[in-house]
Amino acid sequence: MAEPVEAEIENYTVNFGPQHPAAHGVLRLVLEMGGETIDRIDPHIGLLHRGTEKLIEYKTYLQAVPYFDRLDYVSPMNQEQAYAIAVERLLGIEVPKRGQYIRMLFCEITRILNHIMNIGSYAMDVGAMTPFLWTFEEREKLMGFYDDVSGARMHAAYVRPGGVAQDMPAGLAERISDWAAAFPKIIDDVEGLLTENRIFKQRTVDIGIVSKEEALDWGFTGPNLRASGLAWDLRKSQPYDGYDEMDFDIPIGKHGDCYDRYIVRIAEMRESLRIINQCLEKMPGGPVKVQDRKISPPPRGDMKGSMEALIHHFKLYTEGYHVPRGETYAAVEAPKGEFAVYLISDGSNKPYRCRIRAPGFVHMQGMDFMLRGHMLADVPAVLGSIDIVFGEVDR
Amino acid sequence: MVEFWTAYVWPVLWIIIQILMFLVPVLIGVAYLTYAERKIISAMQMRIGPNVVGWFGLLQPIADAVKLLTKETVLPTGASPVVFFLAPMVTFGLAMMAWAVIPVGDGWVISNLNVGILYLFAISSLGVYGVVMAGWASNSRYAFLGAMRSAAQMVSYEVSIGFIMISVLITAGTLNLTELVLAQSEPLFGVLPGWYFIPHFPMFIVFFISVLAETNRHPFDLPEAESELVAGFMTEYSSMSFALFFLGEYANMIMMSALITILFLGGWLAPYDVAPLNMIPGVVWFALKIAMCLFVFIWTRATFPRYRYDQLMRLGWKIFLPFSLIWLALTAGFLVYADALPG
Repeated sequence: MAEPVEAEIENYTVNFGPQHPAAHGVLRLVLEMGGETIDRIDPHIGLLHRGTEKLIEYKTYLQAVPYFDRLDYVSPMNQEQAYAIAVERLLGIEVPKRGQYIRMLFCEITRILNHIMNIGSYAMDVGAMTPFLWTFEEREKLMGFYDDVSGARMHAAYVRPGGVAQDMPAGLAERISDWAAAFPKIIDDVEGLLTENRIFKQRTVDIGIVSKEEALDWGFTGPNLRASGLAWDLRKSQPYDGYDEMDFDIPIGKHGDCYDRYIVRIAEMRESLRIINQCLEKMPGGPVKVQDRKISPPPRGDMKGSMEALIHHFKLYTEGYHVPRGETYAAVEAPKGEFAVYLISDGSNKPYRCRIRAPGFVHMQGMDFMLRGHMLADVPAVLGSIDIVFGEVDR
Repeated sequence: MVEFWTAYVWPVLWIIIQILMFLVPVLIGVAYLTYAERKIISAMQMRIGPNVVGWFGLLQPIADAVKLLTKETVLPTGASPVVFFLAPMVTFGLAMMAWAVIPVGDGWVISNLNVGILYLFAISSLGVYGVVMAGWASNSRYAFLGAMRSAAQMVSYEVSIGFIMISVLITAGTLNLTELVLAQSEPLFGVLPGWYFIPHFPMFIVFFISVLAETNRHPFDLPEAESELVAGFMTEYSSMSFALFFLGEYANMIMMSALITILFLGGWLAPYDVAPLNMIPGVVWFALKIAMCLFVFIWTRATFPRYRYDQLMRLGWKIFLPFSLIWLALTAGFLVYADALPG
């Protein structure tokens, strides 16, 4: 009688990325698979590492602003805002009301910019092409507003310590308001293709479930945490700029699956629209940045006649301003979650250390536990639903 | 000598001419199907679509073909060269062979086979070989997974396609495709067209969905699910070998639409045999019906997300298969009870 042969069945390893159509940039996932089922996921990051934090240490406080656009390049202004708030805290200055409102207005525009991108590409990852192109039409209009206000479509460098770079051009408020009136129709259209679609629900409901406890343990923030059922939003819990004057709700999910994350983002866009409309309604007059000439540059006209203004301008754009010794942690509710800057100043004109907390980096850790036991086709679904951009994960 | 010409050379030549008369329009149809697909989807997505090459981009398919022809054929390391290059030929060849029995008009058919539908069924079942060979020979994991999925998918949906075909066949009482179409010429209750999609309406829908799965189209395009498997079994293909797969796949779409037309939409028949309608040649009706089916193929692609592998299998085996079996029993029972069995 033949001895029963014991065969070792090895898992199949699939390399998902870094050059993969659904890897959202340069993610590399090493998947250990038993057939179509995933046994383990090992995310490899760092392919887009640019040394942002170190570079910032060699730049003056103003020169560091553009680096924040390039972290999560889908939602630039929220990150500028986090940095600006950190510097303002160290400087001990207060942004004028109009500056705060413009910041809020554009941060909510950015939130919509981010969420429509995410929902579109997420739908594309589960196979629906059309929402992606519909949402990109709107993204184009929103980037037009970026262009109008700052002169750049993506990397705006508009929100600066002490306020914003310049006032909004005439007529922009009306254009934004017109757009905000038309946008709910687009959300409805996209929802019409996805929300009640049976295939979409089959692909997302009960996929990648994160319980409230797990979400807290793994440090989830933003829509991913709210989808798990915890109403935690920094705009409410520790309001910055003028968010305490705004009336809006925090949408939360119940199950923490991919579908809930999608629904939460859709609802957040509608809330953002409410904030945008309130900002436009209540928009106060006055300056858009602090009038301290040691921090914000003088108007162009003054420089032609005033010796002092010319000196200020020269000093600001060569040496920059000195920030008092100290350290601070400034967090904002970026579209992807809690984006924060931990800034240490040694009293010079350059940050001593600028540590960046990127929400995507934290969410990335969840990939393994969210996807264990799921199928290969769920990888893009979960990846799309946690909304990852590699600019901020790799920094 | 004259006898040699009339008895041997001329018939062979005539067959070749007939084949060309089928294949050239099919290939042009394939080229412009890609154009139509891009234009229709772009209209649905508020885009313009190809509009640079030629008027309204009409030369785009030709430009694409030239581009593919001039590209380098890449053979991946560790690939099995013979099988690797055989696979696209198999896929393409089978897609073309199927046209031998398709009647596009009354008597307009290369081979009026009396078991035409069995031939079609056999040919379309063989199609899975091209895919499996490609997946295995590529020596790539994406391709391999894609091929495995594709094989499972095509085999499972063929089962329900087969049962639906039987329901139609017992209604018509023939395996010959021309006779099958002619069996649909009698008006239903004297007013409706006698096309089988009316009495077999549920099966018409199931058949259409199964055909989507059989041809690996959205929402069942798992074998080449871009977001998971890059391009599935086609991942490692380039240049002409890729073009052959592509042509084969789109030719299959047209072929399957032709099959739907013949089985359910009355082939080349006009809806009513009355004055202006029956003056249009049958082949035009046939082309129109195919175009309508293809439009729905494309429309589906713009609308739906993709199924997951296990969900697709569940749909095929647990829903479509029992449903088509029950329908077969119902049809047979009804025909026997009403004493309406043909033949």
